[in-house]
Amino acid sequence: MSFIQSSKGKIILPLVLLPVWYLIYHYLQPFTDWFVFSALGMTKGEHLAEALWFFIFEFPKVLMLLTLIIFFVGIIRTYFTPERTRKVLEGKKTFTGNVMASMLGIVTPFCSCSAIPLFLGFVEAGVPLGVTFSFLIAAPMINEVAVILLFGMFGWKVALIYVATGLFIAISAGWVIGKLKLEKWVEAWVYQTKFGQNSMEEVQIKFSDRIALGYDAVKDIVGKVWIYVALGIAVGAGAHGYVPEDFMAALMGKSAWYSVPLSILIGIPLYSNAAGIVPIVSVLIEKGASLGTALAFMMAVIGLSLPEMIILRKVLRLPLIFTFIGIVGFGIMIVGFLFNWIF
Amino acid sequence: MNIKILGTGCSKCKTLEKLAKEVVDENKINAEISKVEDIVQIMQYGIMTTPALVINEKVAISGRVPSKDEIKNLIEKFAHA
Repeated sequence: MSFIQSSKGKIILPLVLLPVWYLIYHYLQPFTDWFVFSALGMTKGEHLAEALWFFIFEFPKVLMLLTLIIFFVGIIRTYFTPERTRKVLEGKKTFTGNVMASMLGIVTPFCSCSAIPLFLGFVEAGVPLGVTFSFLIAAPMINEVAVILLFGMFGWKVALIYVATGLFIAISAGWVIGKLKLEKWVEAWVYQTKFGQNSMEEVQIKFSDRIALGYDAVKDIVGKVWIYVALGIAVGAGAHGYVPEDFMAALMGKSAWYSVPLSILIGIPLYSNAAGIVPIVSVLIEKGASLGTALAFMMAVIGLSLPEMIILRKVLRLPLIFTFIGIVGFGIMIVGFLFNWIF
Repeated sequence: MNIKILGTGCSKCKTLEKLAKEVVDENKINAEISKVEDIVQIMQYGIMTTPALVINEKVAISGRVPSKDEIKNLIEKFAHA
C-alpha cells in the first residue's frame, strides 16, 4: 500500500494495469458469448438471451472505457485550470475568441455549480460576452463522458461528428450572441462586482500528483455515473430484446421532418447527464430513429437544461436566457436536419 | 484562526464543510469555521471554482474537495503563514 502511494508507485501502477485492462477488454466479447450461450445454455436469437448478452457485454465495456479515458483526461485537465483559460481569453476579439473558448471549454474542468463564479470571473477579466457564451455552451455539451459513450456504443465516426457539430454550435451561437450586443441583459450587479486578488499561489504540481488527480477523477466521475450507465444499458438491453424494430420510425424517423424540432423541444426541459442519455439514444436509433434526430435530442438534453438556466438566471435577465436557448436550439436544429439529410 | 468554506450550496461544498469540521474536531484545533454563500462575497477572494477553502483569509484550495490529511496539512501550513 505504501508503495502505491509513493511517487514511484503512482507512476508504475498504471503501466502495470494497462496491459491487464487491454486483456480483459479484448476477451470481453468471447467471454460474454461463452457465458450466455454455453454456461447458461441459452439460444441465440431468443429475446431474453439477446437482452442478457447486451447487458453483460455493454456494461463492463462502457465502464472500462470510462475508467481508462477519464483517468487520462483527469491528468490532462490538471494542465488546464479555469484561471489559465481566462488568461488566454482575456481581450480576445470575437471569432478567434469564440473558437478558442469553445475548444478550451472541452478541456477545462467545468461543473455547472461553478458556472456563476466562472461567468463573473470571465466578465471581470474583460472576456467578451459572446466568447464567454461559447465556453459555457461547449463545456457541458462536449464532455469526455459523452464522447466516450458515443465512441463505445456507436464507434468513432459518430463520436467525431458529435464533437465537430458541438464545436460548430458553440462557436456560431457565441459569435451571434456577441454580435447582438446583449450586455444590457446581463444583471447590472455583475459589472459592479469587485473581483478580489486570488491569494492562492500557483504551485508546481509533481507528475506523480497529477496521476493521483487522475485517480481522483476516476473515483469521482465513475463513482457518480456508473448507476446511470447501468440503468441506461438495462433499458437498452430490455428494448434490444423486446421492442419491435420500427417502433420509433414514425415518430423520430427520417420521413417525419418535424421530428427534429420536436425532439429538441422535448429535450430542453429534460435533464440528464451524458451517462444516462447515450444508452437511451442508442435504443432510439436501433428502433428506427434517424441519427440526426437522435443527436439533436441528445444535444438538447445535455447542452440546454432547466437547472443550468435557473443557475444562470442569477446573472442573466430572462430575455438573454431565452435568446440563448433560442440560438443554441436553432443551431442544434440545423445539425439535426443536416445529418438527416446526409445519412 | 478562522476557516471559511466558500460555496453557493452545491453538494461538494457541504462535503468540504463536513470534512473541515471533522479535521478541526479530531485534532483539537482552535479554529472558527464559517460558510460564505453569498456570491458577491465569494468573488472577493478571486476564485472561479467552488468549493474553496479559505484559512486566515487566504485561499488554500479551490475547485475540489481535498482529503482530510490534505486539509490538516493546509491548516498547519497556513496557520504560520
